Amino acid sequence: MATPVKVYGPPLSTAVSRVLACVLEKDVQFQLIPINMSKGEHKSSDFLKIQPFGQVPAFQDEDLSLFESRAICRYLCEKHPGKGNTKLYGTNPLVKASIDQWLEAEGQTFNPPSSILMFQLVFAPRMKIKQDQTLINKNEEKLAKVLEVYEKRLGESRFLAGDDFSLADLSHLPNAHYLVNATDKGELFTSKKNVGRWWAEITSRDSWKKVVEMQKQKN
Amino acid sequence: MVVKVYGPAYASPKRVILCLIEKGVEFETVHVDLLKGENRDPEFLKMQPFGSLPVTQDGDLTLFESRATMRYFAEKYKSQGTDLLGKTLEEKALVDNWIDVEATSFNPPIYALTFQILFAPALGLTKDEKVIQENEEKLAKVLDIYEERLSKSKYLAGDFFSLADLSHIPFTQYLVGPMGKEPMVKSRKHVSAWWDDISSRPSWAKTLQICPPPM
Repeated sequence: MATPVKVYGPPLSTAVSRVLACVLEKDVQFQLIPINMSKGEHKSSDFLKIQPFGQVPAFQDEDLSLFESRAICRYLCEKHPGKGNTKLYGTNPLVKASIDQWLEAEGQTFNPPSSILMFQLVFAPRMKIKQDQTLINKNEEKLAKVLEVYEKRLGESRFLAGDDFSLADLSHLPNAHYLVNATDKGELFTSKKNVGRWWAEITSRDSWKKVVEMQKQKN
Repeated sequence: MVVKVYGPAYASPKRVILCLIEKGVEFETVHVDLLKGENRDPEFLKMQPFGSLPVTQDGDLTLFESRATMRYFAEKYKSQGTDLLGKTLEEKALVDNWIDVEATSFNPPIYALTFQILFAPALGLTKDEKVIQENEEKLAKVLDIYEERLSKSKYLAGDFFSLADLSHIPFTQYLVGPMGKEPMVKSRKHVSAWWDDISSRPSWAKTLQICPPPM
């Protein structure tokens, strides 16, 4: 029996939850190693050895140490093509290229404005940091424009990269989940016909439901 | 049908061009003028709905996002040219890891600096000195981590040149060239040696020769 992979970080972290969704989709045995960020454990010299930027997640599979959630997801899919969801990273080069394209779009175009909105609307109040309304407005506008492109795409394609749920869709779950469930900006997703349909579909996956449960358990 | 890469004058398309040259794949380029807004033409938006560069066509396949595109060609032509993905699954994972570091940690500050220093004036915008300072500081912190990494590893993903190193070349050239910030690289011994190495590859000289930057 292979050693379970190790995922370091709190499930509430968006990047950690991205990896958790993937290990669950792929049915890969894993061990979640808690990192208490309020105690600065992510900046300890031991942790910096496996993640030099002092961010979560970090990941280990036997001797291999990796970081960057999307890279970890790609590795899991390439190491275990036959396990769990076998279509998560495509089964031929053309589909894989499309998945990579939309995975990059998520990282480069969706993630920045959605992260800033999440921070401003969800975390700043909790951390007693003053919200920046200009920043909120600017990034809401940016995100709305991105979702217009998604609305058109998802009118032509069931999922972002094609007919099957893939890493590209999965990658959006963490940030969008916070915006839809913990802010008043959920309408950006739910009021659009195609994005709304897609959102309902991807959030109904067992893997994501399990991640949400894990987020509720660890406070 | 020959591969077509749109927008060769700019930095992101050069990731794709570098990859194609390293793999020995023939290609054509199509000029796109950002200052004239050609990236917002309906015909262009059909290929790249976000209006960014590059777009690449390989037969019937149209791809956007330079890092997705370079991954595609590096895999398609795995058996020819330079090996850009490592030799094992584990090496490939490290390549993916450090491509993503470039995308999430290196690119945002260097892109912000590029926009403020090189493009804002051409667009009739005032440079925001506060943004420049903030991003220079952010980039310096990232380069410190690279310095540590490159003191233990010849290239970012290991002892082999890969897409992870390649991905840094186009914008770093702006940094040390027209932005006048060469000291940020030169002051860090291992980053400097790494930059000298990767920027002196024949593929980069060829890229600059056939696709001169807009400034």
